[in-house]
Amino acid sequence: MSDTLAASPLTRTVKRLIGVAASLLFTFIGLLFVTFIIARIVPIDPVLSILGDRATDAQIAAERLRLGLDEPLWKQFGIYVWQALQGDFGISIRTREPVIAEIARFFPATLELATLATIFGVALGVPAGVLAATKPGSWADQIVRLVGLMGYSMPVFWLGLMGLLLFYGVLGWVGGPGRLDAAYDMMFEFEVTQRSGMILIDTALAGRWDMFANAISHIILPAGLLGYLSMAYISRMTRSFMMNELGQEYITTARVKGMPERRVIWVHAMRNVMVPLITVVALSYASLLEGAVLTETIFGWPGLGSYITDALMANNMPAVMGGTIVVGMVYIGLNLLSDILYKLVDPRART
Amino acid sequence: MSLLSVKNLRVSFDTEAGLVEAVRGVSFELGRERLGIVGESGSGKTMTGRAVLRLIRPPGRIEADRMAFDGQDLMRATEREMRALRGPRIAMVMQDPKYSLNPVMKVGAQLMEGLRQRDRLSRMEAHDKAIAALEAVQIRDPGRVMEAYPHELSGGMGQRVMIAMMLIPNPDLLIADEPTSALDVTVQAEVLAILDGLVRNRGMGLIFISHDLRLVARFCDRVLVMYKGKVVEELAAQDLMQAKHPYTQGLLNCLPRIGGPRQPLPGLDRNADWAV
Ligand SMILES: Nc1ncnc2c1ncn2[C@@H]1O[C@H](COP(=O)(O)OP(=O)(O)O)[C@@H](O)[C@H]1O
Ligand SMILES: [Mg+2]
Repeated sequence: MSDTLAASPLTRTVKRLIGVAASLLFTFIGLLFVTFIIARIVPIDPVLSILGDRATDAQIAAERLRLGLDEPLWKQFGIYVWQALQGDFGISIRTREPVIAEIARFFPATLELATLATIFGVALGVPAGVLAATKPGSWADQIVRLVGLMGYSMPVFWLGLMGLLLFYGVLGWVGGPGRLDAAYDMMFEFEVTQRSGMILIDTALAGRWDMFANAISHIILPAGLLGYLSMAYISRMTRSFMMNELGQEYITTARVKGMPERRVIWVHAMRNVMVPLITVVALSYASLLEGAVLTETIFGWPGLGSYITDALMANNMPAVMGGTIVVGMVYIGLNLLSDILYKLVDPRART
Repeated sequence: MSLLSVKNLRVSFDTEAGLVEAVRGVSFELGRERLGIVGESGSGKTMTGRAVLRLIRPPGRIEADRMAFDGQDLMRATEREMRALRGPRIAMVMQDPKYSLNPVMKVGAQLMEGLRQRDRLSRMEAHDKAIAALEAVQIRDPGRVMEAYPHELSGGMGQRVMIAMMLIPNPDLLIADEPTSALDVTVQAEVLAILDGLVRNRGMGLIFISHDLRLVARFCDRVLVMYKGKVVEELAAQDLMQAKHPYTQGLLNCLPRIGGPRQPLPGLDRNADWAV
């Protein structure tokens, strides 16, 4: 009886989903726990950072009570978890706005930039890595290696500044700092329905192609820069994964069958390369979603990285905690996603 | 006319440690018969087999005074011409199905690949042919095996799939490189019997590579004995017991005889002079 139940695919799927949901919940609470502890450890008094240091003792006592700071720690943590689960990360000290609302404004900027950069990185890095792996030692391999090496060794801020100077300052091919020209900034605010907060998507949905083109001209340089860095990493990893696969016996089998080299590489080897490559791409994407602080600063990009950094400088703990939680959730989400993809491409990982 | 003619074949690798000469002047002729190649591990058997398909990866290099298959010069053939030979004319069963089947592709897709890509058969036709090929290697549940991934198969099953896959286009020459060495002893005989039956029925040429001299003698008409990249003796299978070369005699003596007196195995006698 129980056997037939266990064998039913529906039950299995439901069980697996429950398992995934439970592990997500636990990871999330673990994440909250860590940020909670950090907030207790840093030498910033939450009450003083809200009231300023000229507050009276009575004011301080009242605020402590309001924030629940007199409660035992476990109860404070409970309240924190309960509020976080409802999307309440507290009030930003600087703006008096809910942290979640601020993040909802800053995160899409990072998401847009990181996604575009990752698309660049994969679209260029994977073919470059494959090319290098199939002709090791050739001039193509040398060029890929050199380009990758430059991506590793050049300081980001230097590349960013030089890029701005050349393409914006001298040539005028691209837009300057910011996500849009100042004129469009207002228009975007008032004339475009913000469905995703990502300008490229929202303007496209609204059919505002003038604004879309302007957004492209602004994002292309930072996305190109981050994409270049991500390409450097992805091409190097692809090269080494591909070299490894091309040495395997099943590759010889495919050749023995008379399959053309194109198919041997892009079908037989590539499917196997994808298994480890998924993790590499997910990690690189996650690190970009964390917010590339330097790039965001240079390009005046109002993203998560500068949000968290600014909050940190201003002792704005609720904002720092909220931002950290979002970063953590990005990692959890991408981890889950790469797990799913991993199982899709590698039958051995399915159980 | 001979199917395959090899004269003075050499395979060498330019490595950092210097030039490694894996095959050093091997010559043989092969008709639609069964030729065995024996020798201890590292003697150059695999490289000889792969050189025929010109499937030795850089830094490996193939040289030969002559290497011709069915009248076609293999040394001069373009890569495109070689591809046309690989599969439908010359095929190879590799040693270990655990590594020689693509781990992330379904067995069915791997079996049908040649039919779909090269012969441009429809899915249905390719599927039917693949099923028939699996039945020919005595797989009882071909439909299920088609849907399986390689890691879900046992070694014996995997090697049958390999044999089926290589025999689908009906090649004229099959190179079997230690096709049972990676298998459990219990299934070795089964797989060998299947291979033997198919090769005999279809009248194809066979190069059977093994380190097991007796096995080779049972299977083949003729045997080449290799040592350090050279052929040290060539003899008809039935003359095996009259082998003159001390290395061949050594290989013969190395094998334990089932039911024979239990003595410690004699060490293999080697002499560098044999391979100069
Ligand atoms: N990629 C390589 N680089 C250097 N030497 C190699 C390479 N591949 C094979 N060899 C050498 O070729 C010799 C013959 O190998 P092989 O034909 O596989 O032997 P066998 O199949 O008889 O065991 C071995 O001694 C090995 O060291
Ligand atoms: Mg071998």
